[in-house]
Amino acid sequence: MRNLIALLIFVCAALPALSTRAEQVVAGFSHDTISITTNFSGSEILIYGAVRREAPIAQDNPLAVVVTVAGPSRPVTMRRKERVAGIWINRAAAQIDAAPTFYAVATSAPYREAVSGVSDALYSISLPRAFRNVQGDAEHASSFLEALRRLRMDDGLYQIKENTVDLREDTLFSTAIALPANLIEGDYKVRIFLTRAGRVINVHESTIAVRKVGIERAAFRLAHEQPLLYGLLALIVAISVGWLVSALFRMIRA
Amino acid sequence: MQIYLPIAEVSVDAFAIFGIGGLVGILSGMFGVGGGFLITPLLFFIGIPPAVAVATSASQVVASSVSGVMAHLKRRTVDLRMGVVLLIGGLIGAGAGVQIFATLRAMGQVDLVVQLAYVLFLGIIGSIMFVESLRALRKTNRGAPPARRRHNWVHALPFKMKFRVSGLYISVIPPLLAGVLVGLLAAIMGVGGGFIMVPVMIYLLGMPTKVVVGTSLFQIIFVTGFATVMHAVTNQTVDIILAIVLLVGGAIGAQIGTQIGTKLRAEQLRILLASLVLAVCLKLAFDLLVEPSELYSISYHAGRAGQ
Repeated sequence: MRNLIALLIFVCAALPALSTRAEQVVAGFSHDTISITTNFSGSEILIYGAVRREAPIAQDNPLAVVVTVAGPSRPVTMRRKERVAGIWINRAAAQIDAAPTFYAVATSAPYREAVSGVSDALYSISLPRAFRNVQGDAEHASSFLEALRRLRMDDGLYQIKENTVDLREDTLFSTAIALPANLIEGDYKVRIFLTRAGRVINVHESTIAVRKVGIERAAFRLAHEQPLLYGLLALIVAISVGWLVSALFRMIRA
Repeated sequence: MQIYLPIAEVSVDAFAIFGIGGLVGILSGMFGVGGGFLITPLLFFIGIPPAVAVATSASQVVASSVSGVMAHLKRRTVDLRMGVVLLIGGLIGAGAGVQIFATLRAMGQVDLVVQLAYVLFLGIIGSIMFVESLRALRKTNRGAPPARRRHNWVHALPFKMKFRVSGLYISVIPPLLAGVLVGLLAAIMGVGGGFIMVPVMIYLLGMPTKVVVGTSLFQIIFVTGFATVMHAVTNQTVDIILAIVLLVGGAIGAQIGTQIGTKLRAEQLRILLASLVLAVCLKLAFDLLVEPSELYSISYHAGRAGQ
């Protein structure tokens, strides 16, 4: 950690002034890509950086750092079970046109202090801003959204982590975001907001690529691009594995 | 050890999958059943999406039946002609079943229908087996095996055909219909359907017992194989990694099961299997009847969900 901070200070010092803006975010990640391998069991990315400034640190408004990580958005259908003739079955449904498959918000201060309502509306920082177009039973739309949020929070896919960005001397910051094992492939957009009194004064954006690799990637792509070939291949593989193991046993016994 | 399944897009414990494969393998070795009807519900229990569980278990059934058919073909205990008639029905049924499956999936009702189908079939089969084996246990070594009924309504139907290996001259309608039913079950439940096919062949069609198992396995391979490919094409739900882990566990389990099977009495075996089938049935029924702790569920769009 100490080395990291030393490195950051070096980086900040070495970077020439690029803009006339007072305060800017400089950031880096522990990984730029996450590889989903066969034994992938989740990962953690460390997001760190510094606030670059030319003037002395202003003391008037409190400084905060807000980090969001958003996975690719997908349409989602939410269903709710109801009891029909004694059996619980899916009845009501709502369609959400776009919901992020992963969303984490980490702040260096309580959320309401770190981001004002106006900034949230402008930059879509909080989780509810990440959803788009809920269709279906309008009266129940909010309960469906609430359920989606709860289910995905339970799975670690949505995270709201207040006060988890470590901000030192109003200059150096770092936070760790845990990525669960059931991650969807895609580009994960990372945004780092610098706010003063809840107003965004600088944004840093970049992406982390989450990719299936090796056999995972091959199987997934084949299954979706050449489904017939994949189906036949699955059969051949299944038959030969079954045959091989029983042949092996016959050999052992003989 | 966690393992990431590329098609199901979930991370599961590899040993749990391996264990399910092994357990079902042991059972299939002990009882000579395919085990598809146990794999699918057990996969539900550990959190594999039902769509993936059904499609993948169909591929597992193919693999575990191949060596059996080879042995029967060698012994000439397969009525190929009957097999082909059953197969034609089976392909029609499986084709329709996969389409029904895709429609149900779009409606969000596939889990319900699959579970209901399991409760129904496991309940019926389990009860019959339980009663039968209890009766058998009570009067072991007494009474003759059930007589084959040579003439029933099946013989009054048109489109008769000669099945030399079985020594039958019957209408093709009943075997075709039986094939369709089993094909539907293969596609919707991911089972081979031997548990339906064998009684139909013996009691309804009047086929000699020695060709029943071989012929049923022969048609099961092609029907479940076809169902697997159709699921891969229509629903993209066949998970090859899941299938491999299940298979390795299953093949090892089958070897152990065969050893155990030779040491236990047939009636005891059947009672064990019947209890197991009933237990799985009750667990599934319980899940449907008791208010779930979570009423909401997320479903992704069928088809290209992963892109």
